[in-house]
Amino acid sequence: MNITRRHFLVLLPAAALAWEHVLAGTPELSSNYNTSDHWWGMLVDIEKCIGCGSCVRACAKENNVPDGYYRTWIERYRIKEVNGLETLEVDSPDGGKNGFPSSDEPGVKQFFVPKMCNHCADSPCTQVCPVGATFVSPDGVVLIDEKYCLGCRYCIQACPYGCRFLHPEKNVAQKCTLCYHRITQGLTTACCENCPTGARQLADLKNPKDPIHEFLRTHKVQVLKPHLATQAKLYYNGLDGAVR
Amino acid sequence: MPLTDGFMYPNEVELQWSVLIVLYPFLTGLVAGAFILASLERVFRVEAVKPTYRLALLTALAFLLVAPMPLQLHLGHPERSFEMYLTPHRSSAMAMFGFVYLWYLMAVLVLEIWLDYRKDIVLLAQSTTGLKRLFYRVLTLGSNNISPNALAIDNRVGYIVTVIGIPSAFLLHGYVGFIFGSVKANPWWSTPLMPVVFLFSAMVSGIAAVMLLYMLLNRLRKQPIDMRCVDTVAKYLFYAFIIDFSLEMLDLIHRIYEADESFHSLDFMVHSRLYISQIVVQILLGTVLPIALLGLTQIAKFTEIVRKRIYVSAGCLTLIGIFAMRWNVVIGGQLFSKSFLGYTTYKMGFVAKEGLLPAILLTLLPFFILWALVKLLPPWPEEETTHMAHGTAAGD
Repeated sequence: MNITRRHFLVLLPAAALAWEHVLAGTPELSSNYNTSDHWWGMLVDIEKCIGCGSCVRACAKENNVPDGYYRTWIERYRIKEVNGLETLEVDSPDGGKNGFPSSDEPGVKQFFVPKMCNHCADSPCTQVCPVGATFVSPDGVVLIDEKYCLGCRYCIQACPYGCRFLHPEKNVAQKCTLCYHRITQGLTTACCENCPTGARQLADLKNPKDPIHEFLRTHKVQVLKPHLATQAKLYYNGLDGAVR
Repeated sequence: MPLTDGFMYPNEVELQWSVLIVLYPFLTGLVAGAFILASLERVFRVEAVKPTYRLALLTALAFLLVAPMPLQLHLGHPERSFEMYLTPHRSSAMAMFGFVYLWYLMAVLVLEIWLDYRKDIVLLAQSTTGLKRLFYRVLTLGSNNISPNALAIDNRVGYIVTVIGIPSAFLLHGYVGFIFGSVKANPWWSTPLMPVVFLFSAMVSGIAAVMLLYMLLNRLRKQPIDMRCVDTVAKYLFYAFIIDFSLEMLDLIHRIYEADESFHSLDFMVHSRLYISQIVVQILLGTVLPIALLGLTQIAKFTEIVRKRIYVSAGCLTLIGIFAMRWNVVIGGQLFSKSFLGYTTYKMGFVAKEGLLPAILLTLLPFFILWALVKLLPPWPEEETTHMAHGTAAGD
């Protein structure tokens, strides 16, 4: 093939753009972050959650979550005893974004449970994706490639925790990314950063210095729906048996 | 927003799989069932059902061509669906759809139809003129050899294709059941019986559809209905239905007896939101009644006209019942919260991408395709004879 100087000059900017595109798909170059050094999860201390909704608001703002859909939300559980029988009431108005109306009803056990993607190591959602658009990253975060997702919604059906939704405009599945764009830059997630009581803590299970290890050793910690064997990495301290 | 009772996880309020996804297993079920009926004659030598053989194959093809359309329409990004062929995710049951579909369409159904019709196609290519002639000449794929030896080879290969086709038909619909049955997050779907139930309900719906089409088309053509054939088809429909119903009851009894944590939630749903579609339409009208009607014809002797009426009623009720079964699986499986604490409702639009109108159009489309197929490749024995006569004349 004969390439004249004129052709070469025309092709050069196109080649530069293409090379930039290739580089953009390589996360390692954006920082010194090494995916194989991390294994992310999160710790939620139910005793500390006051149901203020700061995490939900922060998440929505950080990730541009459409109204009516939730990457994280808070559930309020109220357990009453009537004639010796326990009755359970659960609500989550607007995902708990604006907090919950106060309730001082006597004899009621009330607590808040923040929910989000469990970033399962054996995630049913990634298993079912027909094209592999959703996957577990090498550092343990379940992510979705929006440019690849078909919008078939099989993953939404397969998630036992109700964490996924179809973006109403993009028509692709979406969910919590554990603020991947932040944690790979050495920051914590938007929800953790904005929690006024420290009820949420990002945890790097591969980092021996992470306080999660000491916490897991000294506390009785549970995951949601353990019988489904999804190897969830959203750990709850003080989880009541009523929580589903 | 849909009406909810109790507590739903906030992202669960909206149903993800619509009436179009109800249609998909219904259509593939008709395909698999029609093919199984065709194989009765070809492989199991049930000579009585021979008049339905070709019609069953054409029906299977017409419905198979439409089967992926509701899926395609449902996708958020239909333009990316081809990625399933290029980069299938091997752990995904859905990723296999394209391959199972192509295998069944090209390696089984189209091949079997072509082999069975090859002689007719060659004769038609000789006896027709103009565009029709061109069409049939293309269909011959350049092979005009219809010597007894060549036809014997066709017959032998066709037999082998049908033998391969039976497990393929089982695979096609069993796989559709597996898509639902393997979702461990959803207790309404998650049962190893799901593929088997889907398979037998597919056989039931396919046999019923071909039986009705055979009777309807013969009436339209003003040709007598071969009652020995229809009686035999109805007998097989009855047997398949008994197995299907037994499996569904086994599933139901197992759920009731086991009564796991989801039971109260699902039980309440069946007695409230799904009462009409499940108890009344699917079980009573769509299963018990047609089984009773078909059972009657097995134990009592009725006149031909009464039997015809019974078969038409039972066939129509069967199709309604199987559609209701697909509805109750797909829609029912999304009406309750995975927290087991609440319920939502399904709001179906009419003129919407996933509304009732496209669903109706996609249900009617296979009948138009079948009409065209029947015109181009007549499945009737007497026309075969006519063409043969034409062919002989042309050959002379």
